Amino acid sequence: MKRVIFALVLALCGFWGAGSLDGHALAEGTALAEAKAPPAAPLRVPGATDDRDFPWASDGEANVPYVFHDPAHEGRMTGFEYDLMQAISARMGRHGRFVQNGWDGLIPGLSRDLYALVIDGIEMTPEHKAAVLFSRPYYVTVDRIVLRNEEKGLDTLDALKGHVVGTIKSTAAERLLLDHDPANVRSYDEETNLFSDLKNGRLDAILIDEPIALYYRSDDLKLVGPPIGRVAYGIAFPKNNPGLRDAVDSVLGDLMSDGTLHQILARWNLWTPQMADYTGDQTPSKVLPTAWTDYRQTMERMSGSSVQAMVHRYISFLPLIGSGALMTLGVSALAMVLAVAMGLVLALARAYGMAPLRWLAGLYVEIVRGTPLLIQVLFIFYGLPAFGLRLSPFTAGVLSLGLNYAAYEAENYRAGLLSVPRGQMEAAIALNMTHMQALRLVIVPQAFRTVVPVMTNDFIALLKDSSLVSVITLTELSQTYIRLSSTYYDYIGTGLMVGMAYLLVGLPFVRLARMAEKRMGRVVAKGHH
Amino acid sequence: MLKATGIAKSFAGNEILRGISLDVERGELISIIGPSGCGKSTFLRCLNFLERPDAGEVRVEDVTVSSTGHWRRADEVQAHRLRSHVGMVFQSFNLFPHRTVLENVMLAPMQVKRMSEAQAEHIACELLEKVGLAAVKNRYPDRLSGGQQQRAAIARALAMKPSVMLYDEPTSALDPELSEEVLSVMRALDGEGMTQLVVTHDMRFARAASDRVLFMEAGQIVESGDPDVMFANPREPGTRRFLRTLL
Repeated sequence: MKRVIFALVLALCGFWGAGSLDGHALAEGTALAEAKAPPAAPLRVPGATDDRDFPWASDGEANVPYVFHDPAHEGRMTGFEYDLMQAISARMGRHGRFVQNGWDGLIPGLSRDLYALVIDGIEMTPEHKAAVLFSRPYYVTVDRIVLRNEEKGLDTLDALKGHVVGTIKSTAAERLLLDHDPANVRSYDEETNLFSDLKNGRLDAILIDEPIALYYRSDDLKLVGPPIGRVAYGIAFPKNNPGLRDAVDSVLGDLMSDGTLHQILARWNLWTPQMADYTGDQTPSKVLPTAWTDYRQTMERMSGSSVQAMVHRYISFLPLIGSGALMTLGVSALAMVLAVAMGLVLALARAYGMAPLRWLAGLYVEIVRGTPLLIQVLFIFYGLPAFGLRLSPFTAGVLSLGLNYAAYEAENYRAGLLSVPRGQMEAAIALNMTHMQALRLVIVPQAFRTVVPVMTNDFIALLKDSSLVSVITLTELSQTYIRLSSTYYDYIGTGLMVGMAYLLVGLPFVRLARMAEKRMGRVVAKGHH
Repeated sequence: MLKATGIAKSFAGNEILRGISLDVERGELISIIGPSGCGKSTFLRCLNFLERPDAGEVRVEDVTVSSTGHWRRADEVQAHRLRSHVGMVFQSFNLFPHRTVLENVMLAPMQVKRMSEAQAEHIACELLEKVGLAAVKNRYPDRLSGGQQQRAAIARALAMKPSVMLYDEPTSALDPELSEEVLSVMRALDGEGMTQLVVTHDMRFARAASDRVLFMEAGQIVESGDPDVMFANPREPGTRRFLRTLL
């Protein structure tokens, strides 16, 4: 699903990009000219807050060993790509700043100028090359076959024929498998799910990039057979910024020739014969794989099932779940305020407005109710910039949820307004009130009582739908759950904690609505007709 | 003080009012009677423009509103001015259920006339005293009997200091004894010189309390005059038929 959205967003960007092709081509032309001119023109670093800032993006959720949350120190990022970006930034005289973005949003964010570059194990395939500019490869690796320890024989692609093999979607490994034996390929979004399905027997084997195989393999699994294929990762830049690409490329060259890249990779146990061939650096590694051993030890400690390990783990989750809950609550509450206000305006327009107004409000409700919220979220965040409207992820999240729920609220309120007897409006008009006064003082307060229970329902639904804003980089509760559970392979404990957090966030609103209902129920009682 | 000229109204091609004219003098109590569907309620509602007549003109005090069938914003403004002189009471009371009796009476003076809360409360209490509801002024409408609700509705209309009161079948939803509570309030107002137009099915009230009775049939005023004369000796066959079936 995630990868499908990624492809969709890529396509959307391509489409809108085509619209502004002239501007881009022009910018590219001048940038190229600048890059060739001997005194280098100042670099354009999109997203930078000052001339030292160097923002770069990756999806740091369960992305071991590329860029990920350090399980030993929650709140700190680590990974071999993270270390590499620190080194590159330092060489450029800048401060590297990691920007979290979901996999699907990485490239769109690039074309929105949210950050300067993306590094996330992106394979340099022709499709990807069509969408972005790539640096030279910073890592070259191979695919490996992973089996359960007791399994024998299946150590080549040919031997795998007829066996169910899992891999990650839209990767070189997937393409290899599809060419070979398409009927038995199972493609996954999440590495964690892939490996647990191998362990529990749904899969016979896994074919996957070697770094992932190394880091996700537990003791009951083994890597077998010779390396297969060749995978090259590149750093991605927007098409209109070749100047920055060239600058990073040259730094990358320096890091290769002076052994810095070698050291970084060796610390992560990722320096391979392929890298030695690619860089021409055949010297033995001078450092121990400390990052690798630290990670393995931490995971053993953290994912242990002893009570102590579990308590330790769950306590360390609390701050993350807390901040996820705050984000969920913030987005939902603001969106509900917007939905209530706008829903009321729409309902009044539909119930009492003049013909064109009524018609427009009806059209809005039908369109917004009739299209998926996910599309609306993506459209508002990635689509609107094409029309010159750039919103922060938070604003875009609140706006898309609020505008969506306004359509539902409008229909609730309309039903509520229509449930107020006609005589109420007539009595108010006969008392010389204006239409607006009659609505405000007489009709709306009575309508409100009938819609409170439905509104409570809607708010709970909105609270849960707010998980969709994770596609535009907001780390709310659901995103926190995905990250924690897939980092520690713990779906039950984490799930209970996050579920509890949702309940805790939602319950106060249910109570509040009950109180309002009771209060108004006493006042309005049963009506008198 | 109220003058209606040539009021006509059709609903979906059905002619309900066929050009009715009426001249009301200050202090008169006029009962409008007639068979169901004769247009008497519609006529009353045309007088304060709850219904927009297709043609005709209504003047109350110094405000005149003419209807040519083409309703414009200026006409609505004019109708709004006219309503400041006209109070109305409905068959189904139409009290605001989310407000207490006292608040029902205070709401329009405060919101429409921008009266201070203290002043509005003073007036409201006086009126509620007058209609015999001082003891229940802090109740919500659903805790009141039908007769009490209708008296509260009268007090609510009076609080706007209208110069004419319109009653649309004020006692049709009430038992006879509760009706009497309401009718006695209307008689008392008549004694104070209030101008009142009452659409009613209560022939005893029409005969005993009215200064003038209008008999309507098929969208027209067929006969009008002194109640004793008309009830004792109706001129028109339609009036005779109607009264015979009722009495």
